[in-house]
Amino acid sequence: MNVQHILNEIEKTDPEVYNKLDTRRDAMKSFFKASGKVALATVPIAFGSMFKKAYGGNTATIVEVLNYALTLEYLESEFYKAVVAAPGLTVSLTGAGRAALTTIRDHEIAHVAFLRSAIMSLSATPVTYTASNFDLTGGNSAAGTGPFSGTNSVLLNYDIMLAVAQVFEDTGVRAYKGAAGDLNSNNDILTAALQIHSVEARHAAHLRYMRKNAGVAVKPWITLNQSGVPAPFDAAVQPSYNGEETTTQATVNIVNIGGQTISANAASEAFDEPLTMAQVLAIVDPFII
Amino acid sequence: MLTHKTSGKAMPVNEGNIQHVSRRKFLGYVGAASALLATSASCKKNDNNINDTGQDLGSGDVGILNYAYALEQLEAAFYVKVAQSPYAGITAQETSYLTDIRDHEVAHREFFKAALGADAIPALEVNFSAINFGDRMSVLTTARAFEDLGVSAYNGAGKLISNTTTGLVYLTLAGKIVSVEARHAALIRDLIAPGSFADPLTASNGVINPMGLDLQRSPADVLAIAGAYISTKINASNLPTS
Repeated sequence: MNVQHILNEIEKTDPEVYNKLDTRRDAMKSFFKASGKVALATVPIAFGSMFKKAYGGNTATIVEVLNYALTLEYLESEFYKAVVAAPGLTVSLTGAGRAALTTIRDHEIAHVAFLRSAIMSLSATPVTYTASNFDLTGGNSAAGTGPFSGTNSVLLNYDIMLAVAQVFEDTGVRAYKGAAGDLNSNNDILTAALQIHSVEARHAAHLRYMRKNAGVAVKPWITLNQSGVPAPFDAAVQPSYNGEETTTQATVNIVNIGGQTISANAASEAFDEPLTMAQVLAIVDPFII
Repeated sequence: MLTHKTSGKAMPVNEGNIQHVSRRKFLGYVGAASALLATSASCKKNDNNINDTGQDLGSGDVGILNYAYALEQLEAAFYVKVAQSPYAGITAQETSYLTDIRDHEVAHREFFKAALGADAIPALEVNFSAINFGDRMSVLTTARAFEDLGVSAYNGAGKLISNTTTGLVYLTLAGKIVSVEARHAALIRDLIAPGSFADPLTASNGVINPMGLDLQRSPADVLAIAGAYISTKINASNLPTS
C-alpha cells in the first residue's frame, strides 16, 4: 500500500516519524496492515491529520512536503517515459503530439532531479522510485490488472493516455497549491514550488488542448467539477475534480461579481482549487505499488 | 500640502469630462479622488505612504494584493478590448477562448477589488496604443506577454506574502489564480505556435529553465514591463522585499 510505503520511505529520512505521529511504531504498522481496500478511503484523513500534529512549519515539514512532491513527480516522469517509449503508441503518438509529450516528460524528469537536490540541500534524504514501483494500469499491483489494462492501457490507447495525463497534471496542480502553505517559511523552496506549479498548469492546459483537438469537449481550464473523462473511467478520476466547482472565494461570491456578467462556469474556471496531501495520496495510490 | 496633492489628480471629475470618458473610467476617477481625500485626511499620520511619484500600492499583504489587483486590471482591460473589437479572421474557437479568458480576468479583478475593500487602489489608466487590436498576431503576442508576465509575477510574489494565518489564505488565493494564468499562457502560446506552451528559455520568448522551472519576477521587474501599458504611475516602493 502506498501510504505504508511512503511512511517507510519517510522513516528512512526521519526514524522518529512514528514517534512524532504520536503512536507506537508497531501499532501504526499493524493499523496499516489491517486496513484493507475498503477502509482505504478513511486512511488518508487520519494520515493527513497525523502529519499536521507531527510537524509544524519547520524543516521537517518542508522535507515531508518535498518528498511528497517528489513522489508525484516520479509518478509523472515514469508515466511519460513509458508513454514516449511505448511501441504500441508509435502509430498514434506522432509529430507535434510526440514532441509535446517528450517536452513534458523532460520537465518531469527535471523536476525529479530538482526536488532531489532541494531535499539534499536541507540535509535530508529524498525518496527514490523506479518504474517498477508504479502500476500504470491503476491496479495497485505489479500484476498490472487495473482499469487501464488491456486495450485500455495508457501504453496502447492514445485517447486514454491523454486523459490519464490530463488527470495527473490537473491533480499535480492541485497538490502543489495545497502544499504551498507548508513551504511558506522557506522563501527559496516556496518560490521553486510555485515555479513547478505553474509548469504543471501549462502541461495540463496543453494536454487539454490536445484532447480538444482530438474531439473531446474539454477546455484548457477546469469547468465546474467536470473531468472531461468519459465513462467508464469518469467515476475513478472524479476525486481529482471534486471541489473545483466552487464559485465562492474567501466568502466572496464570484458569480456576477461587481455587477459584471460572470457565469458559474467562468467563476469556477477562474480559480483552481487545492487538494490536501491526504486527498492526493488517495488519488494516486492505485498507481503506486 | 492638501492643495498640492488634490490639484491635478481630482481634476477629471467634472461634467465636461464625463462626456469624454467611459463610465468605468469615470468611476475610476471618482475612486481616485475619494482615495486621495481619504489619504489626505490621514496625511499627518502616514505622510510617507503617498507621494507624487505614483499610485502607492501600500505595504505588507495589502500591498501585494494591490499589486495583483493592478496586474489583473491590466489583463482584464486588455481582454475586454479584444472581445469588443475582434481581430481580423478570428475563429469561433478563438472567440470562445478569448471570451472565457476575459471573464476569468474580470473575475480576478473584481475579486481583488472586493477583497481589498477600502484598501483597493483606484482603477488604473491603461495605454494600449502599441497594440493593433485588428491584427491577430499583435493581439496574441500581447496576450502571451501579459499571461507569462502574470505567471512570473505571482510566482515571485508568493514569498512576499506574510507567514501569518491571513497570509496563508492570500498565498492559497494567489495559487488558485496563478495556475489559471498559466493555463491561459499555455493556450495563447499554442494559438501562436502549436507546441510552444512551455518553451525553454533558449527559445524566443521562452519561459522554462533547464531545471523545469517557470519564470519568477520581482514586483519592480514586473512593473517595469507592465508600465509600458499602464499610464497611471505606480509606486511599489512600500511593498515587502522578502
